[in-house]
Amino acid sequence: MIDLIAAKHAYLVVVALLAIGAYVMIESDNFVKKIIGLNVFQTGIFVFFISAAFRTDGASPVVQPGGGGGPFVSPLPHVLILTAIVVGVSLTAVALGLVVRVYESYGTINEDTLEEVLAND
Amino acid sequence: MTDAFVPLLVAVPLLGAVLAVAAGLVSERGPPAIAAVVLVAQTGLAGWIGSQALLNGDLSNGVGGFVAPYGIELVVDGLSAVVVTLVAVVSLAVLGYAVRDDPGGAAFYAEYLLLVTGLTGMSVTGDVFNLYVFLEISGLATYALVASAGTGRSAVSALKYLLFGTVAASLYLLGVGYALVATGTLNMADLAVELARVGYDSPLVLASFGFVVVGLATKTALFPLHTWQPDAYNDSPDSVSALISALVSTVAAYALLRLVYTVYTPAFFDAVPVARDAIVVFACLSIVVGSVLAVAQSEVKRMLAYSSVSQYGLVVVGLAIGTRAALFGAVVHLVGHAIMKGGLFVAAGAVDDLTGARTVEEYAGLADRFPVLGGASAVLMLAMVGVPPAVGFAGKWYIALGAVRAGTWPVAAVIFVSTLLTLAYFAILVERMFVAPASASVRAATDGGSERLGGPAAPPRSLLALIVGAAAVAVVLGFAVTGLETALDPTLDTLLSP
Repeated sequence: MIDLIAAKHAYLVVVALLAIGAYVMIESDNFVKKIIGLNVFQTGIFVFFISAAFRTDGASPVVQPGGGGGPFVSPLPHVLILTAIVVGVSLTAVALGLVVRVYESYGTINEDTLEEVLAND
Repeated sequence: MTDAFVPLLVAVPLLGAVLAVAAGLVSERGPPAIAAVVLVAQTGLAGWIGSQALLNGDLSNGVGGFVAPYGIELVVDGLSAVVVTLVAVVSLAVLGYAVRDDPGGAAFYAEYLLLVTGLTGMSVTGDVFNLYVFLEISGLATYALVASAGTGRSAVSALKYLLFGTVAASLYLLGVGYALVATGTLNMADLAVELARVGYDSPLVLASFGFVVVGLATKTALFPLHTWQPDAYNDSPDSVSALISALVSTVAAYALLRLVYTVYTPAFFDAVPVARDAIVVFACLSIVVGSVLAVAQSEVKRMLAYSSVSQYGLVVVGLAIGTRAALFGAVVHLVGHAIMKGGLFVAAGAVDDLTGARTVEEYAGLADRFPVLGGASAVLMLAMVGVPPAVGFAGKWYIALGAVRAGTWPVAAVIFVSTLLTLAYFAILVERMFVAPASASVRAATDGGSERLGGPAAPPRSLLALIVGAAAVAVVLGFAVTGLETALDPTLDTLLSP
């Protein structure tokens, strides 16, 4: 058990973040909290990619003139996640913009209350 | 030589989106004009590049001079040529309706062109991570377009769509992550080789397949992952429902086909037959439940939306069975469904504008008052049911033929039952339009002129041309299917080679 935690702690963090994010999205009635859950879920995926890039004793992948200096950590997942973070920020912005519009129209950001309002609409 | 122009397919609408915003600062009429010019150029470009790809074989371009598998590769083969052309043509045709129906300002046209960018990018990319980025670009543009109706309800639907769509794309990204960990590459052609080397029964490969399929199936709106879709189609502006019902899920289904056949290859299905069976069961369920839910709807746009759940089930069944006929049928049905469903949504929007009728009951007597509109809609509906010679028949025929050849009789039975159910919900609508006496809203529209518009109660000519055009294309494509089969022959060979 201790060995597992010591060797795979990054992946345990990934699983925890994915589970927490999914739980908040499903369980919470509040749209803003759902969006926070979404962000936590995405962060879990980011950690997964970044920890997959790690290797023991790896240096940052800046190759000096003449080469050598390895082993390096893989730079590719970092670049991918930089892109994915930008995508995540834009999605959060659009989602929050929509929440503002929902609030302006119905005066609530609670899913259950909103469903009652829509049913009477 | 043509290869060098492939990136323009993505760059032209992207540049157009920026120009549309800039033009909006100068003049109110600028953005629609820019959108029209850009989409005409895009259609020309897609037609030219697509025909080159179909005639002379695949085109590919390493973006920025970085060679594959290290750089991002754009690839146009026969299949992506068909999808790219479909995206360009449909978005150009629907733009004519959008300009008339929802003058939404510069932002609307910028989002419209961004959606075209994302969908085209998804169709031509040869890189799985790049596909994720384009998936999210088209997703973001769609959420904004759905909300552009300006009502509170549309904002709720867009938010719901956003939550589903983002989780779907995230699951796809997780699948890509597993594939990257297993192989260290993101290029589709390279992944096919490397995944085979890792071994298809490796847990990493199996997990990546599962996440990718669930993610893209949600974007395609297969049952039970479809719950975002009817609200999004129903609450968006009429022109937007026509555009997204025709294209967004279509390109997601194309991406699923591309991933399954180019990345995992048919050899994966042979090694892991349970994956194929699971997708077949999943899709058959979607066909039946989608049709049953469609029959139960009273609002026409919702009925059309649930009908899509069932039709995409058919497409996915075709690609999962994976015989040559079934795969070709899936492609035909993908294209045919886009044209028929797009045309039906335009017709539903036109009827709403003219008479305010939104439910099946209110459609009563429509064809007496608006014979051309009613007639063209009926043709589209019968084409969707699968009456020969329309394209809806050709697609279903090839999928059913493929199922029979593969020996999966239950699937052939499901396709037959689904045809009956499709007939059930469209027959009610056709009966209302042609036989029943006119409803109050239809009478009001023709007697006193529509109060909502205050103008004469006749559908605008351009709109009629669009709907009749869609009906004509749906019928003509049915005759052109054998030609398409010859043109796609080499592509199907490549996709099906293990």
